[in-house]
Amino acid sequence: MPGKLKVKIVAGRHLPVMDRASDLTDAFVEVKFGNTTFKTDVYPKSLNPQWNSEWFKFEVDDEDLQDEPLQITVLDHDTYSANDAIGKVYIDIDPLLYSEAATVISGWFPIYDTIHGIRGEINVVVKVDLFNDLNRFRQSSCGVKFFCTTSIPKCYRAVIIHGFVEELVVNEDPEYQWIDRIRTPRASNEARQRLISLMSGELQRKIGLKVLEMRGNAVVGYLQCFDLEGESGLVVRAIGTACTLDKLSSPAAFLPACNSPSKEMKEIPFNEDPNPNTHSSGPSTPLKNQTYSFSPSKSYSRQSSSSDTDLSLTPKTAPYPQGPRIYLCPSSPSLSCGSLHLKKSCLLLSESSLPPHHSSLVSPVLRKSVSFSEELFLAASGMGSGSAGKEGGPFKALLRQQTQSALEQRGGSPHRFCRRREFPFFTLTAFPPGFLVHVGGVVSARSVKLLDRIHNPDEPETRDAWWAEIRQEIKSHAKALGCHAVVGYSESTSICEEVCILSASGTAAVLNPRFLQDGTVEGCLEQRLEENLPAGCGFCHIPYDELNMPFPAHLTYCYNCRKQKVPDVLFTTIDLPTDATVIGKGCLIQARLCRLKKKAQAEANATAISNLLPFMEYEVHTQLMNKLKLKGMNALFGLRIQITVGENMLMGLASATGVYLAALPTPGGIQIAGKTPNDGSYEQHISHMQKKINDTIAKNKELYEINPPEISEEIIGSPIPEPRQRSRLLRSQSESSDEVTELDLSHGKKDAFVLEIDDTDAMEDVHSLLTDVPPPSGFYSCNTEIMPGINNWTSEIQMFTSVRVIRLSSLNLTNHALNKNFNDLCENLLKSLYFKLRSMIPCCLCHVNFTVSLPEDELIQVTVTAVAITFDKNQALQTTKAHVEKSLQRASTDNEELLQFPLELCSDSLPSHPFPPAKEHLESASSNSGIPAAQRDRCSSWIELIKLKAQTIRRGSIKTTVTVEKTSPMGEGNFRNRSAAPCANSTVGVVKMTPLSFIPGAKITKYLGIINMFFIRETTSLREEGGVSGFLHAFIAEVFAMVRAHVAALGGNAVVSYIMKQCVFMENPNKNQAQCLINVSGDAVVFARESELEVVSTQQPAANCQPACTGGEVTT
Amino acid sequence: MTSELDIFVGNTTLIDEDVYRLWLDGYSVGDAVALRVRSGILEQTGATAAVLQSDTMDHYRTFHMLERLLHAPPKLLHQLIYQIPPSRQALLIERYYAFDEAFVREVLGKKLSKGTKKDLDDISTKTGITLKSCRRQFDNFKRVFKVVEEMRGSLVDNVQQHFLLSDRLARDYAAIVFFANNRFETGKKKLQYLSFGDFAFCAELMIQNWTLGAVDSQVDDMDMDLDKEFLQDLKELKVLVADKDLLDLHKSLVCTALRGKLGVFSEMEANFKNLSRGLVNVATKLTHNKDVRDLFVDLVEKFVEPCRSDHWPLSDVRLFLNQYSASVHSLDGFRHQALWDRYMGTLRGCLLRLYHD
Repeated sequence: MPGKLKVKIVAGRHLPVMDRASDLTDAFVEVKFGNTTFKTDVYPKSLNPQWNSEWFKFEVDDEDLQDEPLQITVLDHDTYSANDAIGKVYIDIDPLLYSEAATVISGWFPIYDTIHGIRGEINVVVKVDLFNDLNRFRQSSCGVKFFCTTSIPKCYRAVIIHGFVEELVVNEDPEYQWIDRIRTPRASNEARQRLISLMSGELQRKIGLKVLEMRGNAVVGYLQCFDLEGESGLVVRAIGTACTLDKLSSPAAFLPACNSPSKEMKEIPFNEDPNPNTHSSGPSTPLKNQTYSFSPSKSYSRQSSSSDTDLSLTPKTAPYPQGPRIYLCPSSPSLSCGSLHLKKSCLLLSESSLPPHHSSLVSPVLRKSVSFSEELFLAASGMGSGSAGKEGGPFKALLRQQTQSALEQRGGSPHRFCRRREFPFFTLTAFPPGFLVHVGGVVSARSVKLLDRIHNPDEPETRDAWWAEIRQEIKSHAKALGCHAVVGYSESTSICEEVCILSASGTAAVLNPRFLQDGTVEGCLEQRLEENLPAGCGFCHIPYDELNMPFPAHLTYCYNCRKQKVPDVLFTTIDLPTDATVIGKGCLIQARLCRLKKKAQAEANATAISNLLPFMEYEVHTQLMNKLKLKGMNALFGLRIQITVGENMLMGLASATGVYLAALPTPGGIQIAGKTPNDGSYEQHISHMQKKINDTIAKNKELYEINPPEISEEIIGSPIPEPRQRSRLLRSQSESSDEVTELDLSHGKKDAFVLEIDDTDAMEDVHSLLTDVPPPSGFYSCNTEIMPGINNWTSEIQMFTSVRVIRLSSLNLTNHALNKNFNDLCENLLKSLYFKLRSMIPCCLCHVNFTVSLPEDELIQVTVTAVAITFDKNQALQTTKAHVEKSLQRASTDNEELLQFPLELCSDSLPSHPFPPAKEHLESASSNSGIPAAQRDRCSSWIELIKLKAQTIRRGSIKTTVTVEKTSPMGEGNFRNRSAAPCANSTVGVVKMTPLSFIPGAKITKYLGIINMFFIRETTSLREEGGVSGFLHAFIAEVFAMVRAHVAALGGNAVVSYIMKQCVFMENPNKNQAQCLINVSGDAVVFARESELEVVSTQQPAANCQPACTGGEVTT
Repeated sequence: MTSELDIFVGNTTLIDEDVYRLWLDGYSVGDAVALRVRSGILEQTGATAAVLQSDTMDHYRTFHMLERLLHAPPKLLHQLIYQIPPSRQALLIERYYAFDEAFVREVLGKKLSKGTKKDLDDISTKTGITLKSCRRQFDNFKRVFKVVEEMRGSLVDNVQQHFLLSDRLARDYAAIVFFANNRFETGKKKLQYLSFGDFAFCAELMIQNWTLGAVDSQVDDMDMDLDKEFLQDLKELKVLVADKDLLDLHKSLVCTALRGKLGVFSEMEANFKNLSRGLVNVATKLTHNKDVRDLFVDLVEKFVEPCRSDHWPLSDVRLFLNQYSASVHSLDGFRHQALWDRYMGTLRGCLLRLYHD
């Protein structure tokens, strides 16, 4: 009996009139938890009853505490007939279960009814007395904190980032049970709400158990989703990143930390070859040669500290100055054959792959030969879809098997996957400085599945297997990019009838293992050769071997440090690292695409979809690339590609934030080539178009303030002296591929993206490129957390959700018309947003999140959630340099929050150069020429380091328990303060909501727990409620209200990382009916405005930090 | 491609003041869009007509949903559904309860019943105010009336407390309620020159002095109904004009005091008896409901018009009325001094306000 839940019903207000005769209500309340129910007295004849009940006490298992919601039902007493329900309140008591969060839930909750919406409010007080449970075999995981935020929460410090946790639970959907035929819609909706609440409680508990098993204490980047599979059931699944977090108690110990992370950024895998290959461009430059391969000799015992590493040191000889190639080892069934149906990828492979010539490779390097990144990630993701389980013919099934075996054979260590950290995935999108070493590019995988009834809810094996398959795929893609981890990882589904597309995507990356659990990985990396990389470009450097490039990319030396190779464009799913050097501002870039599909059943349908997918991905990618170039930018962050399946079409919507990274080369322009050269007027038209495109690029550069410093060719050094090689990407001859895109992959500044126009459709496509209207002046938009180039936010924020549904007229259903409609829909929606929020100018729409769904045959629904933040225009006019500096400062202040064991390591740390300004980096390079000696010293002492670290961790955990004890009384005090305040003035306290992880101009002082709510609303009087718009408008407003009320009751004043994960809307205008399901989540927090004083004090350490850093530099 | 559904919901409810005004004025979405286009908003913002249409629809929908709460403003403050900053809430309420001068003059003093509501069509055509707006204003009057009708305490305070209006607007509503309750006739042609402000001024004076609340603050309805006893007592004033000696004495007292001070002395002297008779007769007739209703008609007929036809300047009217009421204290045979002051103090204020072109 480890917990006692206490509930008190205080009062109600604004109740609806339930008795027409008296215009009053005789209300009473039922309080239910698990199977126990209490009732209050009836408070007769009042719309504002004062029950002031006793404390209702429930003695329950902590397992139940985690799973069950507290259910409060308000009823109208009726002497003669059955009591009428007024509405319900579900309260998730999870936040009360971890001592650092809320201590009491107390406040006014809207009384919600699935048919009538909000009907008055009820004042409830909830407390939990939790007894310590020492049972080792417990099933509960109380105390594990959950955060939706996809970065380390602001008032915590990550001690260890353990890695990926996932879980899913399945059940029958009450809506599809036989009983649904005889019960009321209300009963059915409530059954569903309750079930989902239970399931998500259970899911959270199970994930919590996994975290405890990993010795973590928190889940960051927790993302829970529902799959409404209809007949076949209901799936609730969640992913997250397990961490050990430590609450930041005092702001002391700031300064020393600020140089350690930057050190980490500079860490480069140690190359055993003491003489790094001399390169024509600069003999003194140690060239990074990272080859990750898997030595078969690795032991696979769980205890072995070395088995989990995906990285090993491979002696390498100097790279030959030859073009990109891919090694296909005969021993490994290459996946390239898996994409036979994809002409483009095959073409690409055959052109660029050469037989292996590298005799010095010791271990068999097994690579997946196709993978994707900048230029070609489509190929691989297309392949992912090709590997769909069910629908594929026997041939594909065979391929699939081969893939599997390839995966298992790889490195001769299938056991590696048995390790605890099966998938090196991280749902985080922003990282502690120094965590991210290199970024490879976007990896994604999709798979088309046919749903069948889940026969045994306790054994959700099928769904598990599906996801495991996809994750495996992602993992291998990352590996092909020379990366051992995937960051910014997310999963999604799109379901239509019995077909389901599972998608996963992330960014392949090389991480600094300092934060990871595994000591071994660290061991390897710690020994890597130290190099001097200025901050802000390290993550752009290619993690893969330039000779073993998994795809033909076009590399140049980094424009920032000029030492490492960088690709010409970079696509990622993460947020822009705070230390990245960006020129100008960023902007939202979207690719939109529709494809018609024949209506089909089951297998045929799935096959049709999986055949279409690669083309869609390819086209989406082309569009993104074109638009990026048109903006004069060279990198995409926060890329999210959503493929939605409908009855007769597929929709693709990709959103990302384009930026100009100083480290990457200037993008070439777009060139248009006509196909019929002999027509004079046509030529003229082409040149006119060309001019328009060039103008647009020039205009965009001005608009986004992109003015990179001119760098002469000599300084850059001649890039990799490769023979001019052209690889051509041909789109296969699907009826819809109307233009042929030629990728000129040869290097050189002049190279441009060539669009060949061979028919009118292609022309239209070019036109549509140009129709994207830039936001009105004073407006910026991005889908990442922060807008590059703007950092002077004011405190005014406005979070909003906008939904649009359009009906397509069935007459003009061609791909082209469809594309245009969809494009217009999105553009108009954006225009409307700009117009609506015009009073906030200058402002930026951040975290713009588009979701597309196809609720019916001819309906397209687009849902957008974003936050508009105003900023100070005057400060915005600062030069690029100024805000580079600012971002450096910000990075260093962030460091302050990380502190400690880096701190300890700092003493014997490597020569470190935190954020040396670009101009200084040459000097610093020379000052560090004697590194290898020092390096060897280090190598010998790294074992000591690990010991040290282990101690720190232990100390850290002790600290955690101390803070736990300390914070709870403080929380109590907090609460008292808060409850006193609203009494004084009875107006409702303001609760801010934002999809971002922070609140501009304020400091988050406390995380109160996760908010995860699911609501159903149904109406049988659609017209009376203002039609579909009126119905949904009211419902969303009600959802916001309920979220705010829960946050306020927890003692919070804001929700951060708010996300509307689902908004399923169904209507039947003929029956005057509509139904909508909404699922939202976020983190409830307490924030405090930064007073003038605080602002000064935070700037102070930041200013101090700089000298401290330089000091560190001197000592080395 | 048709838009089936198009909504925007902010965590803080967006209120566009211009659109709110258009909505309050009762324009349809189409008309409102046309008016907004004419205001040049498209040029300023570079938006398209479609965007404007969607924006207007959205605001209208929001206002429509807020309307339910605006009917009971304290609910707007305590509700949780729409997060609106307090200053905006105040603006919403104040504007919602604001009314048009032209409209209020039409319904002032009329019974706020279904019958009147049916006449709104005519009022709408006459005033050029949209029917929708007329309905809102009428319903506001009626709603405030219903709520404060049977309440204790100051009428203005009650209105303010239950509708959270500004002091100014609360006073106006008190006047409207008072007029509606007592059904004062304000629509006659000869009263057309009077503004709502004139009547509101009078109403306030009457509420302060002539109602039950003026003598006893613990009664229901205290500010709504005139003090019946007081009206009954007013009969006693008859003596001032019925008793010839008293009337002559009164006249001589006034004339002596005002000689040389009044520009229209001779006219005053000639008309004194008529004027005095008029004013006192108004008082004595107030026991009949019918005559209470005609109070303003009578005042204008019996006093304002005669003076105006003789071109009395306002300053002379003031001097006369002051002297006229004060002199009664010197009439030895007259015993109802307090009653006279209660009556004449208010009436003097009203007459001075009513006396203009």
